[in-house]
Amino acid sequence: MELLMASAIGALTAAGIYLVLRMRSFPVILGVSLLSYAVNLFLFASGRLAINLPPILHDGVHDYTDPLPQALVLTAIVISFGMSAVVVMLALGAYLSGRSDAIDMSAQDTENGQ
Amino acid sequence: MNHWIIVPVVLPAILASVMVLSMRNELTLQRIFSVTGALAVLGITIGLGMQAASGQIQVYELGNWPAPFGIVLVLDRLSALMAILTAFLAVAVLLYAMGTGWDTRGKHFHPLMHFQLMGIFGAFLTGDAFNLFVFFEVLLIASYGLMIHAGGTMRLRAGLQYVVYNLLGSTLFLFALGTLYGVTGTLNMADLAVRIGEIPADEAGLVRVGAILLLLVFSIKAALLPLHFWLPETYARAPAPVAALFAIMTKVGAYAIIRVFTLIFGPDLSATASLIGPVVNVAALLTLTVGMIGILGAQNLGRLAAFAAIASMGTLLIAVAGFTPEATSAALYYTMHSTLGGALLFMTVDLVREYRGAWAGSLLPGPRMAHHGMIATLFFGAAIATAGLPPLSGFVGKLIVLDALRDAPQAALIWAVVLGTSLIAVLGFAQAGSTVFWKPAPVGAPAPEPQEGTTAPSGLPQASTHPAPALAFSVVFGLLFAVAGLAALAGPVTGYLAQTSAQLFAPDAYITAVMAAR
Repeated sequence: MELLMASAIGALTAAGIYLVLRMRSFPVILGVSLLSYAVNLFLFASGRLAINLPPILHDGVHDYTDPLPQALVLTAIVISFGMSAVVVMLALGAYLSGRSDAIDMSAQDTENGQ
Repeated sequence: MNHWIIVPVVLPAILASVMVLSMRNELTLQRIFSVTGALAVLGITIGLGMQAASGQIQVYELGNWPAPFGIVLVLDRLSALMAILTAFLAVAVLLYAMGTGWDTRGKHFHPLMHFQLMGIFGAFLTGDAFNLFVFFEVLLIASYGLMIHAGGTMRLRAGLQYVVYNLLGSTLFLFALGTLYGVTGTLNMADLAVRIGEIPADEAGLVRVGAILLLLVFSIKAALLPLHFWLPETYARAPAPVAALFAIMTKVGAYAIIRVFTLIFGPDLSATASLIGPVVNVAALLTLTVGMIGILGAQNLGRLAAFAAIASMGTLLIAVAGFTPEATSAALYYTMHSTLGGALLFMTVDLVREYRGAWAGSLLPGPRMAHHGMIATLFFGAAIATAGLPPLSGFVGKLIVLDALRDAPQAALIWAVVLGTSLIAVLGFAQAGSTVFWKPAPVGAPAPEPQEGTTAPSGLPQASTHPAPALAFSVVFGLLFAVAGLAALAGPVTGYLAQTSAQLFAPDAYITAVMAAR
């Protein structure tokens, strides 16, 4: 299971970084989403991997899984969900008014300014 | 427990929600609530600062859960100082936005501003690493909204760049926290400090990875080279009051570096001690150099101010990289100076753009503008403060930084770079200022094409849309006086800062206060 988890995190991260480096808004948004999936898995694994163990104290149970990373992942999921919505709106706005989906700005763009 | 500690976080949150829910179309009411709230928070932070000045470290346990199980807010001299600075800047920024009418150019300026303040205060006050991440996200998501306030194509595109860069930074932050949690099993900063100190040096590989990842995250916020690429375009395109408030945002990164690398990965920790200081030192020297060269090479005033912000972060982090009590108090003095000076510069640049009409911020000779003398005075003052000439606080700040680093390993190099780049900055500001304020436009020269995002599309040189120029000008002059005052009161201020850094370099008191809060 460790191998599966590690390779999943690695593959998601690699794909995410590749997409972010495309520098066009749609691939970048996909890439950032993939990176956030990777980091969620990573956070989840930081409490050690365990199967069929309860996170909450019970009488007569000796082995537990760590509940804190699960809470952290929930927080991270909510935040990345909100952030994705914001970045989609911004990317749409920038594309519709600028007619360009490039993330980087040309030298002419940066020099004409205020 | 002292409940005042959480008020700077809760009050802006409540105010912002009330403003956005019940007075979304009532700008006057929003202004009243917004400014009153900011003044109240300023009063409260000053009160907290007076409590913290006694040297006692106060802990606020959220939900009454003891550390390390619950989240704690911690008030010590450093967090109180940063909170006061933020609240002061917030009042100035809100008044300036009202005086210039920036808050009328888009919706929800005041609520977003208060959400942003909530995030900044939270980041300064929290004693929990994951909570720090959450407050970073709060301040970032509000800053995304503020960044694109008033709209415009180029502003939206710059905003997108800013958001994407920071989303990647947030992801990296989570990777860093996951690594540290995997090694230590805790995210409370005081508890982290204890547990990391117990790890034997030859097993500390993952601790080093976590430390470097955290350094990268904070360096993105602090715009440390080579992670500064988001800053110039963002700051140059952001609405002026927002850019002025962003002067504190880079300091959040610097604050986090100071906090984490004195408390958790302190200078006595053998696993990371030889790693952090030298890296930050080299990067900060490069940041300063690139920032100052950027001032000389900027094509317009917005980018000039943005590169000045980068350069000031360079000087600040050179001092931080010393990781001695003297160097840290120098860094804190420079933090205060560069927050106020940076805001002053951005507001002055905005006044120039506003009153020059179609010429806006371009570095071309233009016609005389309205309020020429006053704006020129402000620009002169802001330039002196930023370049570090006497008598303003930039000079005092650089002097203290240089003095504190006299015994550092690379003292000669640091002195040469700081002094050399100051000369470049003086040249850059002199060139820009003389072009904008002194050179007459050639007779019959056509006005430049009105650029998008400027506020005077008519092309008339003296068109201004300021509803209350007196208020706007008094705020900017107030900041100039604050910078002068910081230089005049350098003695008492550095006295407080010396105590602050003494507290930072004796982290045992912090750890004891948090871990034994009951």
